[in-house]
Amino acid sequence: MVAPNYELIEQDGLETSLLEVSMGPHHPSTHGVFRMDVKLDGETVVDLKPVFGYLHRNHEKLAENMSYLANMPFTDRLDYFNSMTNNWAYALAAEELVEIEVPERAEYLRVIMAELTRLVNHVSLVGFFVNDLGALGTPLMYAFREREKILDLFEEASGARMMCNYFRFGGLRCDVPAGWLDRAREVVDQFPKFLDEYEKLLCENEIILSRTQGVGTLSRELAINAGITGPMLRASGVAYDLRKVDAYGIYDRFQFRVPYGEVGDCYDRFMVRMLEMRESVQILKQALDGIPEGEIMGKAPRVFKPKPAEVYGRVEGPKGELGFYLIADGTPKPYRYRVRPPSLINLTVLRDMCLGQKIADAVVILGSIDIVLGEVDR
Amino acid sequence: MSFLGGGIFSGMAVTLRNFVGSYFDPDRLTTNDYSWRPEGQLPQSAGEYPREEGEQLSDATTVTNYSRNFPMLLHDGGDNPMDAIRCVACQICERECPPQCIYIEKDYGEDGKFIKRPAVFDIDVSVCMSCQICVEVCPFDAIVMNSQFELSTPNRFDGLLLRREDLLKSNGYYHRIHPEEAAQRDQRMAEEKAAKEAKKKAAAEAAKKKAEEKARAEAEAKAQEETGDKEEEAQ
Amino acid sequence: MSELSHEPLLKEFPDARWDEAFGAVIVPEGRARVMAEWLLKQGVDYCSNVTGVDYLEAEVKEKITNDAGEEETVTRTEPGRIDVVYHLYSMRDQTGPLVLKQRTGRENSQAESLTPVWRSCELQEREVFDLFGVDFKGHPDQRRILMWDEYEDHPMRKDYTEPFDYEWEPTPHDEILEKHKKGKVIF
Repeated sequence: MVAPNYELIEQDGLETSLLEVSMGPHHPSTHGVFRMDVKLDGETVVDLKPVFGYLHRNHEKLAENMSYLANMPFTDRLDYFNSMTNNWAYALAAEELVEIEVPERAEYLRVIMAELTRLVNHVSLVGFFVNDLGALGTPLMYAFREREKILDLFEEASGARMMCNYFRFGGLRCDVPAGWLDRAREVVDQFPKFLDEYEKLLCENEIILSRTQGVGTLSRELAINAGITGPMLRASGVAYDLRKVDAYGIYDRFQFRVPYGEVGDCYDRFMVRMLEMRESVQILKQALDGIPEGEIMGKAPRVFKPKPAEVYGRVEGPKGELGFYLIADGTPKPYRYRVRPPSLINLTVLRDMCLGQKIADAVVILGSIDIVLGEVDR
Repeated sequence: MSFLGGGIFSGMAVTLRNFVGSYFDPDRLTTNDYSWRPEGQLPQSAGEYPREEGEQLSDATTVTNYSRNFPMLLHDGGDNPMDAIRCVACQICERECPPQCIYIEKDYGEDGKFIKRPAVFDIDVSVCMSCQICVEVCPFDAIVMNSQFELSTPNRFDGLLLRREDLLKSNGYYHRIHPEEAAQRDQRMAEEKAAKEAKKKAAAEAAKKKAEEKARAEAEAKAQEETGDKEEEAQ
Repeated sequence: MSELSHEPLLKEFPDARWDEAFGAVIVPEGRARVMAEWLLKQGVDYCSNVTGVDYLEAEVKEKITNDAGEEETVTRTEPGRIDVVYHLYSMRDQTGPLVLKQRTGRENSQAESLTPVWRSCELQEREVFDLFGVDFKGHPDQRRILMWDEYEDHPMRKDYTEPFDYEWEPTPHDEILEKHKKGKVIF
């Protein structure tokens, strides 16, 4: 913590002071190397300035010097919790440039991987959120127990637990091994039972209720105008889910609901994520039932050299709308490669939500926004 | 629950159930039990890694049959591994590697002709990000992923540069660590070889047939010439 | 998702151009804010992506029919420019992207900020300012976002050279990088 700078203010005859604190990059609750300069009047937040850039690797410029395929492992490292979703967004954008058709089995497997990733992300996020509130570790470890099972599935399919590098232009890198679908089925079947227990642990807890209800309210109009997407937008009352709106991949074949909240406070965001996990389990069950046999890779060109064109491909990542803007100019390397990071854009309203709340609530609000610094800074 | 604090109470009941249950049911345990490999010394440099096949993996292994870590070069057995190495130093993996961590030099014989193997094949493991792209683009199935992860060394500058000898592992070792993938790869290679040989045989037969036809046509033409000459002579 | 048509926009603002090759509306100088406010009234309420693209000065060969009616190839120099690209959607009607582009030169780059219209442009325009050097008129809080405040160059420009790295330490990886720089490994 930085040495505070004092400013004396007269207030009702008492001399109070304004405290400026840097909740610095090394902080256990800031979800990465993220800094907030807060001005406090007692414990109330008077001003808040987020500072990031500590993890800036200039991924966008690196990508201009490498071929399209060589960029795929780097997209894993953007939002390092959900590597499969990042891969899919990039593969979607690149496939639009060259117009490759993806076979059926690959589409089903893509949906399965993406929904498993959504489960991993939401369950870890709820664990971290409750950790920030002070429940030091127990719900987080229960969440990680489930996450380990899903990461084992990812390791069997692609070889690595987190940086999977599994998607390719036109399909997937390789097929899942024998028996993987049955193991995935087992994991998915016992997930609702775990969710029931988790909800019993958390959702009626008076401490969580009183600390998250009414805290960090985000109004509907501000959410739409500020470009918020993902569960944060849906908690504020807008039922905008790219899986229904864009219907990319084969999402139009699955029946699922889109939960949305009313008030837009931290409790709504937390509950939206819990409900979305149940919907993901529904999608997974339908996908695992309906997956056909077949090929994994469509007809991709040997050397990936798209004609000059621009494309903006977006998917519904677990944190929001993840978009890739690619400009191709006929060479094997992209001319402009831009990642639209949901975490960065969701941080636009951090200051609006935190003003007037206590400093402890600022941590809770930051936890409910769900940021990953790899994506914010790229 | 209706009284104040009821939610906390039911939450604590869940925690108690998990705590007591973790002694009886392995599904409730939140930690994983890893068996580490037996005591050994850390190697001083990359060249000191044990050469026996499969020495890194203990029986209750911490890595599965599917996990990947860093690349390795394959050879097909025999006394001298360098004779049976599959890599022909085509340098495709060097070109496609995203962080550019592979360094290859071709091997030239005494007469200056290119021998199909690498003289130098270095992978800087501190840079490699295990993305597996080198495995995908290799047309000769010469480089595959190893799952060895105990590579730490106290030597700061050369310790993490794996040279050609450290990377060479036999196909048998590959079968031990990744049985399914190795079996698939071997099957595919056998199929491709059979297809190539069938094509070569078909081409050879087609060439033979063509040669026979040409010979027959020539013989006919010659025979016609002779009869033509004979007719002229007769006239 | 259904398409968001650009026809009404072009009818309302006849001085805007439609670029067929890339499917974007090119906004003339100084008109961006007015067009954005009109679009907001039409229900285009969600600005998804703001980015910058740098084009160096380049020679372009074009096939045109000259006065004699024949086809010939002329070479002209296209001046360098920086584009600021906006992807706009409508959440209310759930319609698809409309692409706006503001064009500015490479020296003394300036553009109009659309932050008063769509709040999501705030952090993204700061990033374009930081990495490309485009000055946005009317932006409430324009300062560097990803690089540190005292940094001087603009990293995403195509003619950016990396500064001298005084913390360099020799590693075996340097030989490989040298080889790549000399062009011995060809794509």
